[in-house]
Amino acid sequence: MSERDLISLSASEALRQIAAGELSSDELFDAYAELPDELNAYLWREEPGARPGGGERLRGLPIAVKDIFCTEGIDTTAGSRILEGYRPPYTATAVRRLAEAGARLLGKTNMDEFAMGSSNENSAFGPVLNPWDTSRVPGGSSGGSAAAVAAGLAPWALGTDTGGSIRQPAALCGIVGLKPTYGAVSRYGMIAFASSLDQAGPLTRTVTDAALLLQLLEGRDPFDSTSVGIEGGVVMPSREDLSGLRIGVPRELGPEAEGIEAGVREVFDRTIELIERLGAEVDECELPHSRHGVSAYYVLAPAEASANLARYDGVRYGRREDTGDGLIAMYERTRGRGFGPEVKRRIMLGTYALSSGYYEAYYGRAQRVRTKIAADFRAAFERFDFLVTPTAPTVAFELGAKTADPLAMYMNDYCTVPVSLAGIPAISIPAGLAEPDAGGPELPVGLQLIGPAFSESRLLDAAHALEGAIGFDARPAHFAGEVKA
Amino acid sequence: MSGPQLDGYEAVIGLEIHVQLRTRTKMFCGCELSFGDEPNVHTCPVCLAHPGSLPVLNEQAVFYGIQIGLALGCEIAPRSIFHRKNYFYPDNPKAYQISQYDIPLARNGELAGVRIHRVHLEEDAAKLIHVGESGRIHGSATSLVDFNRAGTPLVEIVTEPDLRSPAQAREWLQLLRSTIKAIGASDVNMEEGSLRCDANVSIRPAGSEELGTKTELKNMNSFRFLERGIAAELERQAELARAGEPIEQETLHFDPRTGTLTSLRSKEEAHDYRYFPEPDLVPLAPSEELLERARASLPELPAQRFERYRDELGLPEQQARLLSFDGELGDYFEAALEADAEASPVGLANWITGDLVARLRELDDGDGEAHPAGSRVGPHAIAELVALVEAKRITSQAGREVLAKLVAEGGSPAEIVEREGLASISDSSELEALVAAAIEADPDAAEQVRQGNMKAIGPLVGYVMRETKGRADGGEVTRLIREQLGAS
Repeated sequence: MSERDLISLSASEALRQIAAGELSSDELFDAYAELPDELNAYLWREEPGARPGGGERLRGLPIAVKDIFCTEGIDTTAGSRILEGYRPPYTATAVRRLAEAGARLLGKTNMDEFAMGSSNENSAFGPVLNPWDTSRVPGGSSGGSAAAVAAGLAPWALGTDTGGSIRQPAALCGIVGLKPTYGAVSRYGMIAFASSLDQAGPLTRTVTDAALLLQLLEGRDPFDSTSVGIEGGVVMPSREDLSGLRIGVPRELGPEAEGIEAGVREVFDRTIELIERLGAEVDECELPHSRHGVSAYYVLAPAEASANLARYDGVRYGRREDTGDGLIAMYERTRGRGFGPEVKRRIMLGTYALSSGYYEAYYGRAQRVRTKIAADFRAAFERFDFLVTPTAPTVAFELGAKTADPLAMYMNDYCTVPVSLAGIPAISIPAGLAEPDAGGPELPVGLQLIGPAFSESRLLDAAHALEGAIGFDARPAHFAGEVKA
Repeated sequence: MSGPQLDGYEAVIGLEIHVQLRTRTKMFCGCELSFGDEPNVHTCPVCLAHPGSLPVLNEQAVFYGIQIGLALGCEIAPRSIFHRKNYFYPDNPKAYQISQYDIPLARNGELAGVRIHRVHLEEDAAKLIHVGESGRIHGSATSLVDFNRAGTPLVEIVTEPDLRSPAQAREWLQLLRSTIKAIGASDVNMEEGSLRCDANVSIRPAGSEELGTKTELKNMNSFRFLERGIAAELERQAELARAGEPIEQETLHFDPRTGTLTSLRSKEEAHDYRYFPEPDLVPLAPSEELLERARASLPELPAQRFERYRDELGLPEQQARLLSFDGELGDYFEAALEADAEASPVGLANWITGDLVARLRELDDGDGEAHPAGSRVGPHAIAELVALVEAKRITSQAGREVLAKLVAEGGSPAEIVEREGLASISDSSELEALVAAAIEADPDAAEQVRQGNMKAIGPLVGYVMRETKGRADGGEVTRLIREQLGAS
């Protein structure tokens, strides 16, 4: 098998071949580890020839892990200068579970600093490039994970999603990304951005791989009080059609919503027709409060972040800028130099929103919006099995296109954020290719399939049927270390 | 100590008490609690606030919290939640303290007439050691942090401003301490910091119902300092009021060495803690079964003891209070009651709170032996002694001599009586002869008694007592004198 063929295998297929003795896991690991990382997808990589772990279930199958997960003794930065050189004394539960299942860590992937961003341009260690067009962003914040999986630098990867950080980069890189129900996967050891929203999940090439990875990840963890796991576990998907399913298209987040590119709309409309042909009943629905999702999210997430990031004070670990002129000066210099501009912006937003006299007007109100958004989804799921939206309003945009306009950047999360606020699961699968409004190469478009809380098995099953019908098989220009002319 | 001179003003005092719970492990992680161990050995990613670590609530701490809430007569919230209290300080590794805010574990209680505003759970900070002369963070070249204490479970108890004097505040805090000690939820040691008390102090014209501007006194680490600190602050406030000057809302530090108060921060400098619900913890909703278990586990509490001593044992109120509010003294009294059924409760109470405490106090050299429970006089011994006196086997005066021996050397009252020949003279012929001798020795007094002047009997009784070295029963001697003199 050529190296390119080896690397083209889905994780499940590679696992099958290893189990059947047709493929050596060492060979597979080295094939990945030897590829040059021209996309800046990794912040740390294991050396070829290294043989970390391996075992029963996954038989040494390699995996890339977002640098937001603590890995004992291995640099963990969350994309921030403030944690440069930090080596955690413990390993995140999600990573530990994968290691115990026999996975091998390929490397830690690049990300927006503390998962704050939708383009990966907020990484302190340089942006990740989109393998479909290296002048464009891969999305964020799990941009390194998404780009690595799309470009053949990893068979699959672990990411995290707070407001769209798995789904949006998966869409922009043409792969599958699943955000599980809040509480399905342990957050222990996952560096917190917004604790009430953060969830770990898979970025994979196929829906089957996403199901397999989630099977290993989910479960109650005594170290995370908010984790409950998925009752009954995750059933591997097998559905080939969508007959009998009722699918809703939320008007507010659908193709007619503001800011949706023409190409994205076209792919979306085509996919809806396909969904109907697969036997599902499709109808419009309403999520009246979801239009306020981004506003509420950008109060709540920064508020939580302002507290979560306060521990980076230079006292116990990570960066310390101490010139001997006192505690406050040390705090200020450490944090002033350690954090990037977007992180500082959100810390200030969050601090303000929680301040005495403003709490009710901002945090309190945003919480009420959140409650209403969740109620909207519950009402919709009384009529529908799933809802579908475009994952992101646009295809991958050019590097630098939105860095000067935070609000434009935030609107990337328009379709994903309401789902996060409701705490429910959603999967993004590649639905086709489209040109950007401003012209350029054809780029992947993602479809977001949303389900009720803990409906992951059914959601994956439906996504599997749709994936088969769509038959997305385009490869990015950068794949397996080669560049397509 | 005499109370502060507040002429015309009334003291209004509320307390905020922090109690370190005696759990095996910390509030939100599995690190063991320790006192006096090498610094930073009881730490983990959670209590050092490493990135990604999460808190998990300690069940035993919740149980202790509920017990304390119930013991203080509070309503236990069916569902309480935790908040983050945000502030930067090196002793606060997460830069927020997990505490409870608008929905505490328990509220609306009452203990001995003082209303309890709330009882909530939170975590302790790390310990800072400032290297340098000042001993404070400002002016120290270096500060060291010991995270062994970080995350120790705390219960905070806030009273309503129902206390009216420094002495009452001290007595009430002692009752609270005994109550928590009886539950076993804490070591409640002020010197070691497992019991800490802040006081909110204000004054108002006597008879007024309005509350004046309050100041907060921080961390007075002994009962005596609490009383002295409040008294000093009340005097300061009264002086300002008399001079017509306003009292500023501020936080003050009491220095027990100099007796002075220094301002830590003014109202303008007050922190904005930016409280918000802790997303890493789920709401705390104790089951009915847990509440029942907590209720059933409570021992007899000092306040209940007080009522029993007063109502069932018939002790005077002040004595009942003395014996019940001090838990160790109460336990000592209980042990004495059980040791010898012959000794009456009233007699025991008198001897313990009277002669024993007085004698121990005379000898007090500050090493804590002034307390009956810490003395050489075991509860069995005092009970035996009281029984001997009540059975008239020895006189009260002989009893006091026995007590003096017991305090000095310990041992058994019966043996001391035997060894020192202190047994009462029960042989009436011997006593009658001594009475006759007394009458002969002081014919004037005898004549007056014979005339009906009973005041004159003293010297005659005194004679017999001297001769018997106090071993004669005074009542019996009086009876015999009157009999021999034919006085009715």
